[in-house]
Amino acid sequence: MLKGIGVSNEMGMGKAVIIKEEQPIYEKHTVSNTSDEVKRFEQAVDKFIEKTNVLAERISKSAGEKEAEILRGHILMIQDVFMADEIKKQIENGECAEAALENVCDSFIGILSVAEDELTQQRVTDICDLKKRMLKILLNIEETDISTLPENTVLCINELTPSMTAGIDAKNIAGIITEIGGTTSHSAILAKALEIPAVLSVKDATSLIKNGDTVIVDGTKGEVIVSPSENEQAEYKTKKENHLKEKSELQKYIGLETKTADGHKLELVCNIGNPKDADKALQCDGEGIGLFRTEFLFMSRLQAPTEEEQFEAYKSVAIKMNGKPVIIRTLDVGGDKDIPYLNLPKEENPFLGYRAVRYCLGNKQLYMAQLKALLRASAFGNIKIMIPMVTCIEEVRAVKALISDIKKQLDNDGIAYNKDIQVGVMIETPSASLIADILAKEVDFFSIGTNDLTQYTMVVDRGNADVSYLYSVFNPSVLRSVQHIIKCAKNENIFVGMCGEAAADKMLIPLLISFGLDEFSVSATSVLTTRKSISSWTKQSADEVAQKAMQLTTADEVIAYLKQTAR
Amino acid sequence: MITQKMTIKNPQGLHMRPAGVFAKEMGKFECSVFIKYKNNRVNAKSLLNIIAACIKCGSEIDIECDGSDEQEAMAKAIELVESGFNE
Repeated sequence: MLKGIGVSNEMGMGKAVIIKEEQPIYEKHTVSNTSDEVKRFEQAVDKFIEKTNVLAERISKSAGEKEAEILRGHILMIQDVFMADEIKKQIENGECAEAALENVCDSFIGILSVAEDELTQQRVTDICDLKKRMLKILLNIEETDISTLPENTVLCINELTPSMTAGIDAKNIAGIITEIGGTTSHSAILAKALEIPAVLSVKDATSLIKNGDTVIVDGTKGEVIVSPSENEQAEYKTKKENHLKEKSELQKYIGLETKTADGHKLELVCNIGNPKDADKALQCDGEGIGLFRTEFLFMSRLQAPTEEEQFEAYKSVAIKMNGKPVIIRTLDVGGDKDIPYLNLPKEENPFLGYRAVRYCLGNKQLYMAQLKALLRASAFGNIKIMIPMVTCIEEVRAVKALISDIKKQLDNDGIAYNKDIQVGVMIETPSASLIADILAKEVDFFSIGTNDLTQYTMVVDRGNADVSYLYSVFNPSVLRSVQHIIKCAKNENIFVGMCGEAAADKMLIPLLISFGLDEFSVSATSVLTTRKSISSWTKQSADEVAQKAMQLTTADEVIAYLKQTAR
Repeated sequence: MITQKMTIKNPQGLHMRPAGVFAKEMGKFECSVFIKYKNNRVNAKSLLNIIAACIKCGSEIDIECDGSDEQEAMAKAIELVESGFNE
């Protein structure tokens, strides 16, 4: 059995498909027989066209004609007279086909990326894609294509990149195993959203597992069983059945209020990454949005979104949620989230560096556009602004000063906004936790971000498999921090929520109820399990568990104890 | 050499698909075909050159054909632009 991090509450069994992505690396060299090299290039073009046609055909069936058009465009580009002539000219001057292709593609990328309109800029992505695929053909490297995996595939891969996941066909995937990535990685978020069983950070998975092996992926426990015995398969089948039964039982909780067994009402809301996710939140019966990450608006593009674009995105979510709370977190860039056009400096320790509110306060024009868009959108629903990565009170004051400046501008221009818009902070650094009493006096709400809080409190890189054993919210230090934050909020009578995945953890829920958490913000797929768990606790029974748990001295002891009490 | 002024009518402008159609059709003729737009003069037989020119809906362009079959090429160019590339 292999161990990893289970990230979606599902289990599956299927045949392993090992994917190893090779990078197109070549050595630049001078060619003497240029006519042979031109021929080699032309053959690669033919192959490219053939492959792309097949791909386009398939995509047109699965995803529609529009998606296929994009691929057919790649054929037009590689056939382009100008492109072809330039490449051949360079080969005739002695460049190898790979270098000639790369030079010409790069010069087009240069021309198109400075174009003003977005449609033209989008073509840059197309040329990058074309270049990579052509290089792979020239170098005889198999393409990484995960869109056409056979049914019942357990996908085994070093790391799932966002671009790869775009093509994934969920109905053929019985499970995902990766060597890299934790509970907050792209792979994890995708697996959860698509309800695919997934175990991540399985060391050497792509060499330990062989193509065609039967594999059980247990995302509920983070376990992978390779070539299971008959007994193990039977055991898996009963477990899966029980799991499905439990799932259908959850449906009873749709439409119910979220309250403890003794009738104490709590708020159960969702974390979302883009306006579309708001639909999923509503479908899953979320009572609002507890964390709207705005990074998506800034990613996969060549320049920052305009105030207008942002306004439309925020407004659309506010309208969809129809008066329900929508907490929007301002740009949290830096750390592991790079956005090329923002020109973030390379850092030795990006997690300790120029990120989130620190960056935003240093780039006021960018930040003002976002704040203004948020204020304008607040006229259309119950929007609240949340500041990420706060470490000292000056940051809060600086942001609040910007907000009041923008309010004055809007008043002068006669533009509508919510004058009483709430401004809160994300508590995710040890420093913010320690000064929670001071912060609580100056903001309208707290939201505890357990991922970063755990990482910074335990001083552990959550993506590093060698130290990931330390990364647990159940460490007494992290639990004390959470308890302290909630207490400080209560003392000042402000609202306190939690927007890390921990808020949906059945083991942690009694502690959060006991500490007095007001709001649980979870992924849409966790809404019903969280509601069910909350409804099984009375304040008194939660207090008893919390009292015992907080006396224990190690994370393992806490986990062992809370495992027994989890409901 | 003959030239003709035209206005781009299709909503997307001369983007991917329309530009592809245009370049492909023009490629069938012997004569050279150029599009003059703003300060640029681009080879109308090259999809990528057309795209890089960023020709939007409502833009006025000059088409310039030069060669033995310039009349036929121009007739085809007019037909394509006038039909709005069937968008």
